[in-house]
Amino acid sequence: MHELSVVMGIIKIAEDYAIAAGAHSVDEVELDIGTLSGIDMDSMDFAWKQAKKGTMLNDSVKKINSITAKAKCLDCNAEFPIKNYYDACPVCGEHLINIICGKELKVRSLLVS
Amino acid sequence: MCATCGCGSDGKTTYFLVDKDLSHIRDHNHSHPHSHDHPHDQGHTHPQPNEKKIIDVEMDVLYQNNLLAERNRGYFDAKNILALNLVSSPGSGKTSLLEKTLTDLKAELCFAVIEGDQQTNNDADRIFATGTKVTQINTGKGCHLDAHMILHATRGLKPADNSVLFIENVGNLVCPAMFDLGEKERVVIISVTEGDDKPLKYPDMFHSSTLCIINKIDLLPYVPFDIEKVKANAKKVNHKLEIIEVSCTTGEGLPIWYQWLKSKVLQPEPAI
Repeated sequence: MHELSVVMGIIKIAEDYAIAAGAHSVDEVELDIGTLSGIDMDSMDFAWKQAKKGTMLNDSVKKINSITAKAKCLDCNAEFPIKNYYDACPVCGEHLINIICGKELKVRSLLVS
Repeated sequence: MCATCGCGSDGKTTYFLVDKDLSHIRDHNHSHPHSHDHPHDQGHTHPQPNEKKIIDVEMDVLYQNNLLAERNRGYFDAKNILALNLVSSPGSGKTSLLEKTLTDLKAELCFAVIEGDQQTNNDADRIFATGTKVTQINTGKGCHLDAHMILHATRGLKPADNSVLFIENVGNLVCPAMFDLGEKERVVIISVTEGDDKPLKYPDMFHSSTLCIINKIDLLPYVPFDIEKVKANAKKVNHKLEIIEVSCTTGEGLPIWYQWLKSKVLQPEPAI
């Protein structure tokens, strides 16, 4: 249930930026979340609903840009989307792969008023 | 972060190395309660045509943790402390491995230990019995250690220059994977009484670790655990992962672990 810590982190960032901008509420939070970021979306939704109560994000909605994980094969240089860390290269079948993207977990932008 | 770190109950930890640390304490005390100080306007404002505005943020959600982790890392580097983050499921033998290591290498290396558990000082008591400096963190309901807790614990512990600092994380193969503590290496421990598909089921932890210790190999004849399969699975998830097989009961394989450990300890640089 580390999603609660993650949501608390999102709220802290959003509030800090909103206060600095002189806003009094955050209407929307846009997030980039990679498919290998380790976030379970159901847990995240649950934590989100509970944690935002009484904060500037009380009536806020979250918009999630899901980023599909990609890897590059160190043997044959092929680039391909992956679902799991243990996926093999679809071209040569090797497991010597490096993750290129898909671990993102960041607040991209806010809509405040 | 403070809500889960137990720092309020650990008031004995103080830290007085440099001035900027004091400012951290002030920040720390002031920045957390603020979300409760601004209830005005909320909910009851009439829907005036407020000006809406988009703010570009582009900030990592774990930025706060990562910042503190880098701060810890800098502190460890400056004091030439080798910090290792030990992660595993509960019961894989992290504390037993530490007890053996601390006892066997006591004459050669200087150690300090941070223990992370939800409740009790049991593990810290076991470590203390080996004659090692130890701080116990109780996370309460928390499922992982974070960089902020390590910062506090280190203040109380004050590990010596050129020492090895073991951080035994909360037994959990999921959440601790996301939280950088400022360690030099992450060591994942798995025992042969667990399933050999564990690296596939909990890939984040195996992907983010640099060494995997397979413990309790003395029990191999009694359990349906395919050690070659677990190694292959771990390598599928992380091809850079080093693997060492040990038994804390018989001592088999421990010399290889000790050799690995000593190879990571940097000799102190001579003063110029």
